[in-house]
Amino acid sequence: MAKYIYEKGVEKMKDLVEIRWHGRGGQGAKTAALLLADVAFNNGLYVQGFPEYGPERMGAPITAYNRLSRNEIRVHSNIYEPDYVVVVDEGLIESVDVTAGIHSDGAIIVNTGRGREAIAAELEKKGYEGRVYAVDARRISMEALGKYFPNSPLLAAVVKVTGVMPEEAFLEDMKKSYQHKFASKPGMIAGNIRALELALKEVGVE
Amino acid sequence: MAIRERLSGNEAVATAMRQINPDVMAAFPITPSTEIPQYFSSYVANGKVDTVFVPVESEHSAMSAVIGAEAAGVRAITATSSCGMALMWELLYVASSSRLPLVMALVNRALSAPININCDHSDSMGARDAGWIQIYSENSQEAYDNMLMAYRIAEHKDVRLPVMICQDGFIISHGVENIVLLEDDIAKKFVGEYHPEEYLLNSKEPLAVGPYATAPYFMESRRAHAEALKHAKKVILDVADEFEKISGRKYGFFETYKTEDADYIMIVIGSAAGAGKDAVDILRNQGIKAGVLKIRMFRPFPAEQIAEAVKNAKVIACMDRAEGFNTNCGPIGSEVKSALYDAGIQMKVVNYVYGLGGRDVPVADLKTVFEDMVQIDKDGCTGETYRYLSVRE
Repeated sequence: MAKYIYEKGVEKMKDLVEIRWHGRGGQGAKTAALLLADVAFNNGLYVQGFPEYGPERMGAPITAYNRLSRNEIRVHSNIYEPDYVVVVDEGLIESVDVTAGIHSDGAIIVNTGRGREAIAAELEKKGYEGRVYAVDARRISMEALGKYFPNSPLLAAVVKVTGVMPEEAFLEDMKKSYQHKFASKPGMIAGNIRALELALKEVGVE
Repeated sequence: MAIRERLSGNEAVATAMRQINPDVMAAFPITPSTEIPQYFSSYVANGKVDTVFVPVESEHSAMSAVIGAEAAGVRAITATSSCGMALMWELLYVASSSRLPLVMALVNRALSAPININCDHSDSMGARDAGWIQIYSENSQEAYDNMLMAYRIAEHKDVRLPVMICQDGFIISHGVENIVLLEDDIAKKFVGEYHPEEYLLNSKEPLAVGPYATAPYFMESRRAHAEALKHAKKVILDVADEFEKISGRKYGFFETYKTEDADYIMIVIGSAAGAGKDAVDILRNQGIKAGVLKIRMFRPFPAEQIAEAVKNAKVIACMDRAEGFNTNCGPIGSEVKSALYDAGIQMKVVNYVYGLGGRDVPVADLKTVFEDMVQIDKDGCTGETYRYLSVRE
């Protein structure tokens, strides 16, 4: 019987949650995976965040991974049967088998401006019938920050969908982290927090 | 109070180096070890250490510089990978046979060609007979702990040999994971100060380092070097005992996982051991008595102790992350079989080459190794004794 970390109303997180990120070199999929590892670590979990390195060049498809667990993590291989997949660049759906191995009770989160239905239909054509979430990281980022930094909205979407930690604790932790990270650019703090809040509000609603 | 952190292997090793605060670091960047001198040079720039950082123009010069510094009488350190260590080759022997207790952080990576930046153990395994102490790490925690123990072993008066602390390139060096750090003062106190007995800059007792040795002397020098490696075994265990007292983490020549009653034992080095342990748990649930022996100290080689630890198994599998290119066995296969022969133990041994150039090592693949061992036991025949895992033929 699996134990759960997050038991606030809904039991969401299993003993071990495995996440695979698909992006292109330079888009920040690796950074997002490391950020997720950071916030999960700050919430008391055992974490792994690691990239799979191919030829390093801007624009090449890259994969990054997270393991988040209540228990010590021993395995150091890539993840073939993820609970969740995050697609940073929706253009990859065409060329990469992004849904490969997703658990039947898992989900895919796609960064898109086309809306959930359009992405779900595209994935269905490829034989995927599981849950699909859309996050419009570009619009949210432009609205909150005036610039395209997809990491904050994506991170919030992952936290919301996976339930690896309570949303309030996540926001608190990110506030601290932004205050530290943007100590010399305080204008970025409020915008990033706004981006997190918008994504938390929007994802899974439509 | 121990410090709960999350660090990559490179960050972990750089943190240990900061706590050690060596007198000299010389390094030339090479993937995947580049971050180590990168982080360390920021400690130098920010005054967190008072190390002299020498940004040399090649790895040959990096090893030469740390040899010079150690000979002069101070603590020196370097970091490298793969072809970088290959370029140090000539000096690896100079360091060890001059009995200089320097330390190298090696981030294991394949050797070319085809060119590849990912993990295997070809680099350090190629240097296994260079007279160094070699200690391998499974994860960031072990890389950090091993680095803190390195100088205590290297500088011990019965040893005085260079130590190579190895971790798997990218898998560990670039993977962020949980780690527990020692507080700076506790780490520093454990490592201690370095007061060499003999050194070049001691004008009161003039000394020559690396002079020509004619035939009547050379062999005695090698004999003494070999003897020092024998002494290292006890020192490595003593230092591990002391480290356990301040950290609560236990280290030995190797780690055994459920081997006591195991019929099938996998012998492995490095990060794949974790997946091996997960495979063991799956097989144990199916009623198969599986176990893993993870080698930490490969040089000197703990032959008698390994033979003793596996003697009751029915089949063992030696996992080599380096091709031996002898058509017969890899480095671990060779050492283990030799150890068993000397101990008078006759058992079925199968030797796999796996994970070359970063080929992923999932639990499912290591599970097939145990299944192969079960089959070998059933058939009473090993079949091909030297084989490949997870390769397209």
